[in-house]
Amino acid sequence: MTLTDLGMPVTGLQHVPHLPDDAPGQSKRDFTSDQEVRWCPGCGDYVILAAVQSFLPELGLRRENIVFVSGIGCSSRFPYYLDTYGMHSIHGRAPAIATGLATSRPDLSVWVVTGDGDALSIGGNHLIHALRRNVNLTILLFNNQIYGLTKGQYSPTSRTGSVTKSSPLGSVDAPFNPVSLALGAEATFVARAMESDRAELKEVLRAAAEHRGAALVEIYQNCPIFNDGAFEVLKDRTQQAARIVRLRSGEPVTVGPEDDRRVLVRVAGGHGEFVPEAEVGAREVVVHDAAAPDPSAAFALSRLDSPEMTHVPMGVFRQVSRPTYDDLVRAQVEGAVDAAGGPATDADLGELLRGRDTWTVG
Amino acid sequence: MTSKTVQTLDRVVIRFAGDSGDGMQLTGDRFTSETAALGNDLSTLPNFPAEIRAPQGTLPGVSSFQLHFADHDVLTPGDAPDVLVAMNPAALKANLADLPRGATIVANTDEFTTRNLAKVGYETSPLEDGSLESWHVHAVALTSITVEALAPFEGLTRKEKERAKNMFALGLLSWMYTRPTTGTEDFLAKKFGGRPEILEANLAALRAGWNYGETTEDFASSFVVQAAPMAPGRYRNVTGNTALALGLAAAAHRAGRPLVLGSYPITPASDVLHALSGMKRHGVTTIQAEDEIAGVGIALGASYGGAIGVTSTSGPGIALKSETIGLAVSLELPLVVVDIQRGGPSTGLPTKTEQADLLQVMYGRNGESPVPVLAAQTPADCFDAALDAVRIATTYRTPVVLLSDGYLANGSEPWAVPEVDELPDLAVELASAPNAVDDAGEPVFRPYLRDPETLARPWAVPGTPGLEHRIGGIEKADVTGDISYDPDNHDTMVRLRQAKVDGIAVPDLEVDDPSGDAKVLVLGWGSTYGPVAAATRVLRNAGHAVARAHLRHLNPFPANLDDVLRRYERVLVPEMNTGQLALLLRGTYLVDVRSHTAVRGLPFTTVELADVVSTILEEVS
Ligand SMILES: Cc1ncc(C[n+]2csc(CCOP(=O)(O)OP(=O)(O)O)c2C)c(N)n1
Ligand code: SF4
Ligand SMILES: [Mg+2]
Repeated sequence: MTLTDLGMPVTGLQHVPHLPDDAPGQSKRDFTSDQEVRWCPGCGDYVILAAVQSFLPELGLRRENIVFVSGIGCSSRFPYYLDTYGMHSIHGRAPAIATGLATSRPDLSVWVVTGDGDALSIGGNHLIHALRRNVNLTILLFNNQIYGLTKGQYSPTSRTGSVTKSSPLGSVDAPFNPVSLALGAEATFVARAMESDRAELKEVLRAAAEHRGAALVEIYQNCPIFNDGAFEVLKDRTQQAARIVRLRSGEPVTVGPEDDRRVLVRVAGGHGEFVPEAEVGAREVVVHDAAAPDPSAAFALSRLDSPEMTHVPMGVFRQVSRPTYDDLVRAQVEGAVDAAGGPATDADLGELLRGRDTWTVG
Repeated sequence: MTSKTVQTLDRVVIRFAGDSGDGMQLTGDRFTSETAALGNDLSTLPNFPAEIRAPQGTLPGVSSFQLHFADHDVLTPGDAPDVLVAMNPAALKANLADLPRGATIVANTDEFTTRNLAKVGYETSPLEDGSLESWHVHAVALTSITVEALAPFEGLTRKEKERAKNMFALGLLSWMYTRPTTGTEDFLAKKFGGRPEILEANLAALRAGWNYGETTEDFASSFVVQAAPMAPGRYRNVTGNTALALGLAAAAHRAGRPLVLGSYPITPASDVLHALSGMKRHGVTTIQAEDEIAGVGIALGASYGGAIGVTSTSGPGIALKSETIGLAVSLELPLVVVDIQRGGPSTGLPTKTEQADLLQVMYGRNGESPVPVLAAQTPADCFDAALDAVRIATTYRTPVVLLSDGYLANGSEPWAVPEVDELPDLAVELASAPNAVDDAGEPVFRPYLRDPETLARPWAVPGTPGLEHRIGGIEKADVTGDISYDPDNHDTMVRLRQAKVDGIAVPDLEVDDPSGDAKVLVLGWGSTYGPVAAATRVLRNAGHAVARAHLRHLNPFPANLDDVLRRYERVLVPEMNTGQLALLLRGTYLVDVRSHTAVRGLPFTTVELADVVSTILEEVS
């Protein structure tokens, strides 16, 4: 059964008012607030901000119907710099606040901006539940593998052994893989992008915004002050091609430059291995299917990743349709209101107050 | 048909007690409903264990329901029962100490087996060893008579038949106090409509109980309690939690805004979530969150979007919500936080009552974070208190804490149902246009430009064109709302937020001092209303002059409170904590109030309070 069969909205922005066709087009400037941006020079957050500011006009939405809600961290300062509605809330709680907003206001495009500490440490519970419920939110998780704002402690995505202010001998914590976590939390849309690859980032952002349901986008973001170069091997032109696995739904999963392409083939027991194109032979090639109802294949792809970043999939891991929490909640309320013949009148409220068992005096 | 006498009483207190599985809460509820229908005034007090089913027949497993009804105004569920229905030895043992000598006991002899007696440490049966000779005991084989009466129901197992014994007990008590059983019959018809045999069996048990009273010689007389004089109107019986949920829904209706509740289940607050979940037809949205932090976050997010955001919980949940309440203080958005207090600290006494969260809700946040606090005083008053909480939240754009407690939450009393158009008009205006001009003379929106009278900032919800703005928990510049670390600005903002709360319009404290020459004032708050009023009534009936007042608003205090406190030689402040309001009063007004406290998980008794006040009366005489 599809969402259309259920009479449910299909795209993430379906109920959000768009600009009329003849309205003057929006530009990046329309989305730039008057606040001075205060990240450190060279911070990857600037790059993401510029990408989002230049991408938002492409959605053609009325600016006042866009809301960014963030938690706490360097990344969470994001809403101040966008000329939309915005709330810089408290550490880890943005998904909960956004859930209340999105559920009560279907006419809004609600975005959550969060960091690896904000989303996965203090706010881990809210994140997994927003994903599980499939609230119509677009969640941008800026992963710099460090606590930036508090000046450089290891985070739940820091590599084991990370030497930081709070782990002078190296951290002994095992990290989360945010994509695996999201898939395990029943997320309907999970993607990963690099801050530095604007084209790819915009493409992923568009798919995420248009997805009806919770969309989690992990964005690798460099913190030049406390964790510089964390993703350098993925940015380095000489290594990039050999490491980045670009996921394209409907196409075989491959890695490597054209002249040294490797193809993912299935191996007994589940996970795949990359073999040179020429050696594929009769082996079963893994074709990426982001829409596969079973998340196991997407999960297996997420496990290609490792702290060494030998192979890092980028793009959309999973994109499936499932009724969203907010649509279902509203359907119950609207259904009850409709069944009763419209919004409650004073007489209806009077009936509620009296209940079923009254008696009269005098 | 019967030669039995009928006696008239002015008041009766009955306590139904049995094992958690015996259906005593239901029996009590039904008896209450019958009593309400007769027009008595009444007040109830359920008392049940935190465990859903503690081991059968043990003391921890005893569940009880007390009902006080009278031909006059009833203020409390009653200090001591006149009648105890004890469904097993544990119920007798657990409750006997509360039972004055001369009171009546109806005991289910079938359960007084050697094994059950041993479970609670009785060596011999108190029904037989003479130890109950100071009480009036009716030993009735409730279980076996019920089973016998249900013999024709061949399709039912013995267990199913035994289960109807609470209906037998209800029938018997209904006969004793001449209560009509038609309401209960309708109720059973609804409950067991789909299972005709169970329905018939329950009805048969109910009738058998009634007939047992009427025919056996053990019960020589039945009793009548006349209807109480009550103001004309339509009444229903409500528990505090029901009234509170209705008040929230009514407030949202009168505000013309949707209600969104974010909540995580916790005793004794869950019934607010349950009740509101059933009000979808009234546009009420309920979201059962993953935890209390999410519950309040959801409510705040909904408020940001223009709804009446509410979160309901008990003390442990407040602890988790504190940081978000602080955010709401900074964002200056409406938010209603309902705290149904229970015994603490930590998990404490989940099903028992206490008033020990007052200081937590006043001060349990980081920074200078003033929050208006109000408290409901009776079960029905929870309705008015909820409306008032919404009024303050929306008028002043602030989180508000509404305090209730386990006693009010589960206790019930008749409520004169108001007409909807008599309820306060809570319409709120959302910001729709720029409210200032910038240096260049262009219209701009200043999110922290305040209403000069209320000091409230505009409620500008997403979706409003031209008012796009950012808010957050970082200190904001006065007027513009931009981030500001300026020392003087912070000082200004801290004081503005305080001034806004201090300036909330609350009515003056009304003092009940009929003779006008009392030297002693009893000042209470919250659920001590009933016991305080009952104790002062007892003392006045004995010829003493005692003044009484009850605080609805704990922050800000009513403007005349200072004056009231200074008018009396002694001010007694009874609280179910160790003196939290007393601390606030002493600190705020430099008045040495007398604190009387008890933290037993139970409401004060009338006698206890009357004794304390008497001692003080002697001092000043
Ligand atoms: C309740 C609470 N605990 C701790 C902090 C301190 N704190 C602020 S940001 C942060 C970590 C942020 O890390 P991350 O989410 O990765 O964001 P980044 O700064 O790296 O973008 C911490 C621990 C806080 N603000 N609130
Ligand atoms: S500390 Fe790191 S993440 Fe934070 S602003 Fe500076 S560079 Fe960016
Ligand atoms: Mg980080």
